[in-house]
Amino acid sequence: MDAPAPVLRMSGIGKQFPGVRALDRVDLRLLPGEVHALMGENGAGKSTLIKVLTGVHPADEGAVELDGRPVAFASPLEARQAGISTVYQEVNLCTNLSVAENILIGREPRRFGRIDWKRMRARARELLARMELDLDVSAPLSSYSLAIQQMVAIARALDVEARVLILDEPTSSLDADEVGQLFRVMRRLKEEGIAILFVTHFLDQVYEISDRMTILRNGRLVGEYLTRELSQVELVAKMIGQELEALDKLHGEARAFTRPLVEARELSRSGAIEPFSLTIHEGQVVGLAGLLGSGRTEVARLLFGADHPSGGQLAVRGEPVTLRTPRAAMNHKIAFCSENRKTDGLIEDLTVRENIVLALQATRGWTRPVPREQQDQLVAKYVKALRINPPNPEIPVRNLSGGNQQKVLLARWLILEPRLLILDEPTRGIDVGAKTEIQRLVAELSDGGVAVLFISAELEEVLRLSHKVAVLRDRRLIAELPNDDELTKEVIMETIASGGRT
Amino acid sequence: MSTLSLGGGRTIPAKYVPVMVTACLFAAMFLAGGVRYEGFATGQIVLNVFIDNAFLLIVAVGMTFVILTGGIDLSVGSVVALSTMIAASLMSGPGWPPYVVVPLVLLVGSGLGLVMGYLIHAFDIQPFIVTLAGMFLARGLCYTIGTESIPITDPTFTVFAQTRLDLFADLWISPSVVIAAVVVVVAAYVLHYTRLGRAVYATGGSEQSALLMGLPVGRTKVAVYTISGFCSALGGVVLSFYMLSGYGLHAVGMELDAIAAVVIGGTLLTGGTGFLLGTVLGVLVLGLIQTILSFEGTLSSWWTKIVIGLLLFAFILLQRLFSARSRL
Repeated sequence: MDAPAPVLRMSGIGKQFPGVRALDRVDLRLLPGEVHALMGENGAGKSTLIKVLTGVHPADEGAVELDGRPVAFASPLEARQAGISTVYQEVNLCTNLSVAENILIGREPRRFGRIDWKRMRARARELLARMELDLDVSAPLSSYSLAIQQMVAIARALDVEARVLILDEPTSSLDADEVGQLFRVMRRLKEEGIAILFVTHFLDQVYEISDRMTILRNGRLVGEYLTRELSQVELVAKMIGQELEALDKLHGEARAFTRPLVEARELSRSGAIEPFSLTIHEGQVVGLAGLLGSGRTEVARLLFGADHPSGGQLAVRGEPVTLRTPRAAMNHKIAFCSENRKTDGLIEDLTVRENIVLALQATRGWTRPVPREQQDQLVAKYVKALRINPPNPEIPVRNLSGGNQQKVLLARWLILEPRLLILDEPTRGIDVGAKTEIQRLVAELSDGGVAVLFISAELEEVLRLSHKVAVLRDRRLIAELPNDDELTKEVIMETIASGGRT
Repeated sequence: MSTLSLGGGRTIPAKYVPVMVTACLFAAMFLAGGVRYEGFATGQIVLNVFIDNAFLLIVAVGMTFVILTGGIDLSVGSVVALSTMIAASLMSGPGWPPYVVVPLVLLVGSGLGLVMGYLIHAFDIQPFIVTLAGMFLARGLCYTIGTESIPITDPTFTVFAQTRLDLFADLWISPSVVIAAVVVVVAAYVLHYTRLGRAVYATGGSEQSALLMGLPVGRTKVAVYTISGFCSALGGVVLSFYMLSGYGLHAVGMELDAIAAVVIGGTLLTGGTGFLLGTVLGVLVLGLIQTILSFEGTLSSWWTKIVIGLLLFAFILLQRLFSARSRL
């Protein structure tokens, strides 16, 4: 079959950041009416390539052609005017403005230079209707959920006469229905002849929607493939550059757990989570499964003392305790790796070393600084153990990719040698390679006697790691299932759907 | 929740609440004054507040633009003083006519604002620092012109200063109030019906997002400081109608009054939320405090500052509560 001429062709793109070669002679071509997936591990250069394409960063070398004409965009504005619209990973909208404005700001309908609010709202409603959304367009965007905000961002991207639509991880905060809705919109746009560049970490979604893919690894091009001609296993192998080891259950043989570490009895917080009882034993990995907003994070925050319970008791090693602050929890050797690594965890301007020793320093108090030698030793150990890349502890964390940032955050808590490690979505938004490394690490920790509370939206992952799965629904713990051979993804989903077997 | 329920099922959007609170405060102060002092509850009292604070209102309008983008302009008081000084010295010394002097003063003020805006944008420096430098610079320039107060005797100015525009029923205003009203109306139009105005709100909401949405963030930032510089210069001209003199010690600390008026008017210091009507109400509240104290007679004028300080605390707390609630 003869492919039509590409709308966009990038060739030999190179980009150097201080200390990191982000892109090295990368090619990419986008065909009209196709969904093209850009694949690669975190740090492979996907985000950088998109930023070069949309004029956020200038390219050091290489050429970009749009419709056969060479172009170079100095700003995202120029790129959009040329018909390249982008929806970024984080929703980049102004939540203080109305929905209509967020869709149309910068090209508001005007009459004699005066913004025509009436036409603007009508136009915004029209665009949202195209996406099967019905919102109050004059309400501030902040009154809607993140998922809706994402849809609004896409509606904004659609308003211009887009030739190329770039979706940078648009689905990471959407639930299954919303993803379906997004895919319907993508298919419709595809029929209109728009070229869509789609970046995601969800392999299933790539196979569901994309026609063609380009794979990057370590800033280099691996190749361009038709999706139907590449199997999932081959894809993963190409992304991580090695044959994938079988990902089976990592939790090994069923063990008997006899030494309870943390026991929650009828613990609750009004408005956040209904009373729940949960026992976590030493060396046990407990998975928390449930939909977004079912109370998973709330459970974690209560166990870490970040929120105060309104009822119930908590015991650590059989002794009742009250965790007033996270610091009290840290004294009991409980560590919490939060969901949002950017805002709650890492300090981007500090170096890898400084970020790693932060929690250790905090527990020692500011009057007793950790000696530099000891810092270097500890950091070197964890950089090696977690394979943090690049293995230079003195570069700022902001220069690391998402997966490596997550590892830095993990290292921070691991040097405290916690007895209970709470991981809230540790693998979200990171690639397959880093994911398996983090999973393996959890298994190793558990073998070493550390208890882990593992929260993840990916049921396969929960199943692979956990000894026991606690299922949450509507802010209520509805079931505790031992992870035996009978427990499958379907069973968990059915439990969530039916509301427990009680 | 983005709305606040009232009795009877009516709701008002949360964004109007701070302005309504300020309006209620103003009404309550006016009523309390009316009950306590004879001859207080008249329309002329409100108009007098406008007459005495026309310059502050103009300056606060410029400040509203700056604060809406999340910035701050500390130079406004000094630019006001510099404007009175330039105007007075050029008219009394070489005897330049007002229709040359006034545009020149406006140009100087806008130019200063433009330079500060450019520095803030091009070198990505904190607005606080740049405008602090601008504040010292402008105040210093006043004293290079002269250290004494220079009286203004130009007939056009004195006539303008003494004109009374009669309204109905014995009420009157000064031409300065008309100028301030025009500035407010134009500014409100710009903020709500032009792309520049919406870009101001977007920049204040999230500068990074505004940039990625393809808005001219840099140009917007330079524009708001230029507008603030222009408003300060115009405020200076209006102040020289009021004072009929130019002096390096005019308008000391006025930047803080302007900021206070904007904040009491419900504009968030972090930017992105607020209305010009709020700023008008904020200036009215500040002016009314002074009026009440002058009616009281025995109290020191420093009580004005104390009351303003307490009000500021109350309003910043209120903003905090609202922004915390809207995030639920």
